[in-house]
Amino acid sequence: MIREETHSVWQGRVRIRVLSKGRGPALVFFHGPWGLTWDPFLEELAQSFSVVAPEHPGTTPAAPDDIYHLDGLWDLVLCYDELLEALGLENAAFVGHSFGAMVACEVAAAYPRRARSLTLIAPIGFWRDAEPVVNWMMLDLDALRGRIFRDPAGDAAKRMFGPSEPPDAAAATRVRLMWSMGATGKFIWPIPDKGLKKRIHRVKAPTLLLWGQDDRLVPPAYADEFVRRLPGAGVQTMDGCGHAPQLEQPNRVAQMVRDFLRL
Amino acid sequence: MKISAFHLMPHRELPADFEKRYESVWVTPPWWELADARRVGEYYNWTLDELLYAAKCGFDGVCTNEHHQNAYGFMPSPNIMGSVLAKLTNGSDVAIVQMGATLPTSNPPLRVAEEYAMLDCISGGRLVAGLPLGSPMDVSLCYGVTPMEHRERYREAFALTLKAWQAREIFAWNGRYFQLANVNLWPRPIQQPHPPIWVPGSGSISTFDFAVEHDVCYCFLSYSGARSAKTMMDGYWRVVADKGRDLNPYRAGFLQLVVVAENDARAEEMYARHVEYFYHKCLHVPGIWFSPPGNQDYRSLVATMHNPVRRAENPKTLRYRDFVERGYVIAGSPATVRDRLKEEVIDSLRVGNLMVLLQIGSMPHELALENIDRFAREVLPHLRGVWDDEGWVNHWWPKRLRESARRRGAAAVGARPV
Repeated sequence: MIREETHSVWQGRVRIRVLSKGRGPALVFFHGPWGLTWDPFLEELAQSFSVVAPEHPGTTPAAPDDIYHLDGLWDLVLCYDELLEALGLENAAFVGHSFGAMVACEVAAAYPRRARSLTLIAPIGFWRDAEPVVNWMMLDLDALRGRIFRDPAGDAAKRMFGPSEPPDAAAATRVRLMWSMGATGKFIWPIPDKGLKKRIHRVKAPTLLLWGQDDRLVPPAYADEFVRRLPGAGVQTMDGCGHAPQLEQPNRVAQMVRDFLRL
Repeated sequence: MKISAFHLMPHRELPADFEKRYESVWVTPPWWELADARRVGEYYNWTLDELLYAAKCGFDGVCTNEHHQNAYGFMPSPNIMGSVLAKLTNGSDVAIVQMGATLPTSNPPLRVAEEYAMLDCISGGRLVAGLPLGSPMDVSLCYGVTPMEHRERYREAFALTLKAWQAREIFAWNGRYFQLANVNLWPRPIQQPHPPIWVPGSGSISTFDFAVEHDVCYCFLSYSGARSAKTMMDGYWRVVADKGRDLNPYRAGFLQLVVVAENDARAEEMYARHVEYFYHKCLHVPGIWFSPPGNQDYRSLVATMHNPVRRAENPKTLRYRDFVERGYVIAGSPATVRDRLKEEVIDSLRVGNLMVLLQIGSMPHELALENIDRFAREVLPHLRGVWDDEGWVNHWWPKRLRESARRRGAAAVGARPV
């Protein structure tokens, strides 16, 4: 059963809902720019780990305006430190996707003892002029769908983009996606290089990078930027996936995480 | 009634297949393929000449505006244009309506307060201070402001601007987005306590509230004409009434595209292709760019997604006659134009400060002058007196120019410029 609890941090001004399930070593999942849903990947991880999945500030239902209390990445990182404290998690395995992978990496750089390991799935955080990260906030939702997923008609895409009928459900999906991008986008606009390069050397945790070979938002070449700065980090490139391999191939990615964590 | 000539300063010679070949007219159109600096220099000069001609012909004000990285209207600094207009219209009763410099793209935004004060000094107190929020394309996509901070930055900058104009003492501004330890504006505007303020918007409810709370003139800048603006403006007037303000028509501004000819048929011959150029090419922008994630607050986002106010009508599928029929453009003989403006815009929306766009899209210089000339001779004099019998005071117009309409009307229409 998925547990659901909401914690208040930042002097009570930022409410963060946390979904959790499973038994085993603690694993914190930092979701990407399109919001948190309890998907087959998390379900699979919950077989081996005690999975804790917080919603980024502003994306928790009924608390959209809480995002206005945070001014930048520094505030966000401190919020996560407070949240881990509130959850009683001294440390945990960190897994993050896209924007969430950048956040996981920032928290691990700020608080090296909190991250036992780092699994970064298609992380952002760096910038190359020759291979720009696509600004997904400038794409209309149809184009976005084709950029996130290798197969925009597949189940994973359908799950994220929801049904097109009835109209109210479709509208609710658009609101969820737009608002999640807006709230997370606050920390990365207009170029997602916010200084990780100055801080990443502080990361002490063993790190695994996972990339979909057909990532059409964040080119897999960015793995080099991480590996260059995190000697010993492993890289796995996955065929048949776009920017969200954990959604398109949940079992395979979950197995990679388990293997990496030697379970 | 105050009637001002508005100008966008568009690229007038985009290729015929522009909207098929390029992603957007804004943010990403490639300069080196599409433009030539010497030719663009002519556009700027034509624009200034067209506005100066309008001033000479008896328009009450001339309007410029700020946009970036685009072929739709590229006055990145409206105050450079405004300063030329201010200087060359000295001695006349024309208002310099800056519609205007965009606060969130100016850092610190005090720059706008300073430049507007300069314009007010140069023009002898004829400035109307437009303080637009700026389009998301300009502010977020071109100038890098985080969409979620756009409105907050605007509101803080707006408050700072007003205080900077009026404060008697040097003050410190310890804001969320701007910190300035010694604000001591040089110069200050002539108009006291500050120049009249217009806030342009495109129908967002939060801007209505903002405009009414601050007692400024709300200007609806729409290219879809008065008929589709009706719901929006009715909503604005409801907010005005709810907040206990009077229904002074000068609280409302509206921008309308207008073309005038001897008769309706001639109007089509002369202007159809320029109108189509405008709607097909100059507004060629991906829809999401008008409202990227975070730009709208959560409540507005929910409202828009569940209940789109304007049915998305794709102007690229419309032709000249559709634009005219739907009121996007008011076109035809002077009588047609007068009647439609009076009925559909002025009366229906309750507008006291009308702006008209008379140079449209690819319209060449000579034709723009002809349109301005005909409007000034055969339309403007008939509309000028519209609100006079109700006795409202236009608090949103430079004080020394408020009574000048009759004088301007009597001055008749000037000769064609050199």
